[in-house]
Amino acid sequence: MTDQQLVHLVGVSKIYDGTPALKEIDLYIRRNEFLTLLGPSGCGKTTTLRLIGGFEQPTTGKILFDGRDISSIPPYKRRVNTVFQRYALFSHMNVFENIAFGLRIKKMDEKTIRAKVGKMLDLVNLTGFETRSVDSLSGGQQQRVAIARALVNEPEVLLLDEPLAALDLKLRREMQHELKNMQKQLGITFVFVTHDQEEALSMSDTIAVMKDGEIQQIGTPEDIYNEPRNAFVAGFIGESNIVDGVMHEDKVVEFAGQVFDCVDGGFGKMEPVDVVIRPEDVKLVQPEEAKLQGVVKSVTFIGVHYEMIVQAAGIDWLVHSTLMEPVGAKVGMLVAPMDIHIMKKVSFG
Amino acid sequence: MNRTRPMLPYMVWMTIFIVVPLFLIVYYAFTSTEFNGVALTLDNFRRVFQPVYMKVLWRSVKLAVVSTAVCLFVGYPAALIMAGNAFSRKNTVIMLFVIPMWMNFLLRTYAWLTLLERSGFVNQFLARIGLPSLNILYTDSAVVLGMVYNFLPFMILPIYSVLSKIDRGVLEAAADLGANKVVTFLRVILPLSLPGVISGITMVFMPALTTFVISRLLGGGQYTLIGNLIEQQFLVVGDWGFGSAISMVMIILILISMAVMSFFEDGEEGRALW
Ligand SMILES: Nc1ncnc2c1ncn2[C@@H]1O[C@H](COP(=O)(O)OP(=O)(O)OP(=O)(O)O)[C@@H](O)[C@H]1O
Ligand SMILES: [Mg+2]
Repeated sequence: MTDQQLVHLVGVSKIYDGTPALKEIDLYIRRNEFLTLLGPSGCGKTTTLRLIGGFEQPTTGKILFDGRDISSIPPYKRRVNTVFQRYALFSHMNVFENIAFGLRIKKMDEKTIRAKVGKMLDLVNLTGFETRSVDSLSGGQQQRVAIARALVNEPEVLLLDEPLAALDLKLRREMQHELKNMQKQLGITFVFVTHDQEEALSMSDTIAVMKDGEIQQIGTPEDIYNEPRNAFVAGFIGESNIVDGVMHEDKVVEFAGQVFDCVDGGFGKMEPVDVVIRPEDVKLVQPEEAKLQGVVKSVTFIGVHYEMIVQAAGIDWLVHSTLMEPVGAKVGMLVAPMDIHIMKKVSFG
Repeated sequence: MNRTRPMLPYMVWMTIFIVVPLFLIVYYAFTSTEFNGVALTLDNFRRVFQPVYMKVLWRSVKLAVVSTAVCLFVGYPAALIMAGNAFSRKNTVIMLFVIPMWMNFLLRTYAWLTLLERSGFVNQFLARIGLPSLNILYTDSAVVLGMVYNFLPFMILPIYSVLSKIDRGVLEAAADLGANKVVTFLRVILPLSLPGVISGITMVFMPALTTFVISRLLGGGQYTLIGNLIEQQFLVVGDWGFGSAISMVMIILILISMAVMSFFEDGEEGRALW
């Protein structure tokens, strides 16, 4: 890709008292990109942000900003602002002064400050809260003050550490929308951290899926969802059935005691693999129409569709379907060859 | 209500040890014993406002203010260093300040008496390195030194405890928003530590204003602060009326200074609300 690389982590590791939190990460962030770090708790997302923000020094490797090594530049000189995971608001200041903090340090005149802070308050839906003390705000309101306080400085890169975690679903959707809009309008590069795969898929230009201090896969939301590189990514992005299989030859795989056609190749003969099947790709048919037969064990209605567990070949399969089959019904399960994703086995942990 | 029951012993305690003595002070201050009984009088207060005694009062306030200021300027940086230290070393430094407090207050002050003597340790040391001797014993300076020495922990500990509770994340947020170390100190650390400063000032100023032991030992026999004056009236002269009147004036002084301090505290909160 030829787009400009704004931030570049080159072989960055971070070791805390002998335990690695990041292992030789290589990651570049393009200008104006919305990049999301996605991964389970403790995988090193916050650590990555803290390295970019300058609050930690990499144990090995370097961080380039606009091609320049910034390892020795203190946080207050970096053109980066952070929305902290734990807000870190100034409890001795009211909402207005919290948001104005960065502008006051830049010695802007009062009129500009008022205008900018006013605009931010409007953006985060907190107009009228100017004089409230931050301790009197709800968690979600505090989180929005933290977002406004960072964003008002119009940094080149904004680091957001789970900035929407404390909001209810409706406000969360709204803020997702607003943040995405602002990012496009202001031309700010966002590095966004979340646990929530739906949030990651809907907002990001690029997603980096992390686990145990390593990047598992990096790519567009479509790539990551449709072509997960390993069973971990598949399991983390969306729900999946992940079962053991064996590759007989290219485009032929055996799992659940049956041999199926698929579209993947390039594996060794009889190589053990992970087979990943999305619950929405399973079609329930009459038992005699399919190779795989099972019994419905449970049915839950979750809004758009039914979520069913079907037991077949000693495995519990998660199936999404708009048609309901009663518990105890015998069903057949069909999966199109292109929906059978084959992944190399990797050892985790 | 069943909440009043557990309060009862407390109330009795308060009455015996605080309310009754206060009442007695007020009683003695406003009465004089004549041949034919007890009479109401303002004479005791008239005497307090004589120039001799006003001078003592002024000197007490002055020395208390100076000692408090010195404690603040020495104690704040000390508390800052302690709060900034790594955990393991933190406790050692705190212990350095706390251990002397376990020793008897009188002993500690006596120690200074011998240290500061004409041929005491300090002067021997100064002579050894060829400096002129220091004769501050029995002066204001010695009394201030004694007060600072004895009361410094009361300044450091409240400031330290507020400083050490400041979330590191808040300091990182300040750095993130462009504040260097100095700006972070002035705009974040200092305002957040004000409650500690205020309670430190209160905890040093009050005992400094009322001390009579430090001034007696390090100021010499003739040296009189308001505390000494009260002590003399009760224990030497036996004029309980006059002693009580001075005590009342001192209590009022303390109440005023507390009101001033709490005004500052409220002011801070008021500003935060604004
Ligand atoms: N200051 C520190 N000292 C020691 N270990 C640390 C420190 N900070 C983080 N770690 C460890 O590094 C690992 C990565 O932590 P990090 O905070 O980056 O995770 P995270 O992905 O942000 O998790 P979460 O989603 O729970 O916020 C964890 O195992 C954590 O315990
Ligand atoms: Mg985190």
